[in-house]
Amino acid sequence: MAEIKLTPEETALFLKGNSRSRRAFMAAFGATAAAFSIAACSKGSAPAAKDDGKIVIEGSEKAPLKFYNWDTYIGETTLDDFKAASDVPVEMTLFASNDELFAKFRAGNPGYDVIMPSNEYVTRMAEAGMLQPLDHSKIPNMKNIAPEFLDPDFDKGRKFSMPYTWLVLGIGYRKSAMKDGAAPDSWKYVLDSDQYKGKISLLGESMDLFRLTFKYLGHSVNDYTPELLKQAEAILVKQKAFVKNFHDDNGQDLLLSKEVDIVIEYNGDIAQVKKEDDDLDFLIPKEGSLLNSDCMCIPKGAPSPNNAHAFINYILDAKVGAAISKTILYPTPNAAAKALMDDAYKNNPIIFPPADKLAKCEYGKFLGQEYAQSIESAMNRVRAAK
Amino acid sequence: MQNWFENKRFFWATMLAPTVWFLAFFVAPMALVWAYSFGENAGPVNIAITGTFGNYAKAFRPEILQVLSDSVVLALIATLICLVLAFPVAIAMTFADDKTKSWLLLLIMLPFWTNLLIRTYALIAMMRTEGFINFTFAFFHNIAVSLGFNLGDYVPMELLYNKSAIVIGLVYVHLPFMVLPLYAALDKLDRSLIEASLDLGAGHLTTMWKIVVPLALPGIAAGLVITFIPAMGAYLTPDLLGGPNDLMIATLIERQFKRANDWPFGSALSFILMYVTLIFFALRTFFEARGGKVSAH
Repeated sequence: MAEIKLTPEETALFLKGNSRSRRAFMAAFGATAAAFSIAACSKGSAPAAKDDGKIVIEGSEKAPLKFYNWDTYIGETTLDDFKAASDVPVEMTLFASNDELFAKFRAGNPGYDVIMPSNEYVTRMAEAGMLQPLDHSKIPNMKNIAPEFLDPDFDKGRKFSMPYTWLVLGIGYRKSAMKDGAAPDSWKYVLDSDQYKGKISLLGESMDLFRLTFKYLGHSVNDYTPELLKQAEAILVKQKAFVKNFHDDNGQDLLLSKEVDIVIEYNGDIAQVKKEDDDLDFLIPKEGSLLNSDCMCIPKGAPSPNNAHAFINYILDAKVGAAISKTILYPTPNAAAKALMDDAYKNNPIIFPPADKLAKCEYGKFLGQEYAQSIESAMNRVRAAK
Repeated sequence: MQNWFENKRFFWATMLAPTVWFLAFFVAPMALVWAYSFGENAGPVNIAITGTFGNYAKAFRPEILQVLSDSVVLALIATLICLVLAFPVAIAMTFADDKTKSWLLLLIMLPFWTNLLIRTYALIAMMRTEGFINFTFAFFHNIAVSLGFNLGDYVPMELLYNKSAIVIGLVYVHLPFMVLPLYAALDKLDRSLIEASLDLGAGHLTTMWKIVVPLALPGIAAGLVITFIPAMGAYLTPDLLGGPNDLMIATLIERQFKRANDWPFGSALSFILMYVTLIFFALRTFFEARGGKVSAH
């Protein structure tokens, strides 16, 4: 069995890290994961891809593949395994934000073959003509992707992108601090109620905060009318009196240090601190929420499109995907890979929330420059209101 | 001996590098930002410089004025507290013996060797609900209770995420900026004037008010300006320590350049900050002129 199992201590170690940024934390974890894969190999098991021998890339460009990725966001041996299987070396460079990625492609493709934008930037880059359509016949492993990820609004029919990871926003809370022990299953508790007065922390990221407020008001996260924006603004101005602060993606720390009892945060962040303090929990409110997903794309003008397709197909392989998930521990959209993971990961209700709740979640769409600016102005008015 | 100023070739050889640096990395980018502040967004990537004053007009919206005035008020309060705290420190440094003096200087400089982010997080660890300050108070509170005082349960103080937290953070970070110019001014002070004042029957406080403070006025003015300007433009401190009502101008500018992708408006805001700074420099010059007159007497 080639599967590299994480011991409970390993999983706990990962889940314990309450670093400010998930990605930064992974760097610390990587070393342990590497030690593990070496240990597994020495027991006589081969890296995943070598099981079925060499990969033959039709029309391979014979040039190194240029891969532009987030930091600590790939399996320890994934790139070497790909080289061993296909004879195509991978040169990976790193970016830190979608804005940086977008800026780099403003003046044309600087020579990358595979890039990793998040959902709404897939739309934005596709609309700006920066991406080339994928040839699905060259990506047979698309069959491994869970069906709910095959036709997202931000990229209908997966024309330009293949999913790599996903995340969902929800409410993180301290169970013992909830009134009558009731779970806060509505955005109401954070956005429109004084029940947890002074113990609430909201997301500082204005676009996502407004989208969730739209959701609370019974609209899609992508509904946008000036009236709705005004309504959401009024709610946030009113709620501000009961809010402790607007956090900078460190809501899990505020929760853990008992600074607040209820926060808007990402599922993965709360999963990490729950291991340290079992009194914490996470849920997706009944109104539904906002999804995020990082995706693999081939930019227009990629020097080696055939290699790029082969690489994307390789990443979507069940065993390769599982090995990556074991290192980076993000929720995976790859159903076949997930099936190979151990129970501590795949049965974690925070990392993988219930399907009925997820069904109500949506991806945020890129709705243009002026939309972004009007949301920013509304947020300024919220923050400055007395 | 040759005069270096008369040797044109040598003069230009030494001046060339700084001049190129100054033009390429200060004048050119600032000019560009200044030009952007009169521009309009033309698509997601391009900015058309149209000479519009629209961006400056936008800055006069009530919410932006609110943020601006909040920033000025918070920075002013922090600066004045710095002055009150730094003056005795500077006096102590001036009159200390040489060895103590260098130790005190080192202590003042020491925080500069630590990253601002780390210092701010240290403050958070001190001040949060379950932080060291509340922990200490709870400890003594519980001792008092066990000694029979009927004080009830300890209610932790809300120290973080409000305006006082920002002011404390700004004072903490900017205190050295105030101490150093004050020390520089006081160190040059002619001590015979103080002796004369004391000999002629003035008390210590009178001497301080009538002799030391007026003579230190240029140093005080320099300290005020040097402290106020970075405090006003502080970004990390208000972002990490402030509450829901506390937005300062630097955070607002950052948002324009990132998420809002509205560079022209961000540029206009940056230059408004520059104009405010220039006003305070003008005030400083004014104080210096007055200070100069005082010391001439």
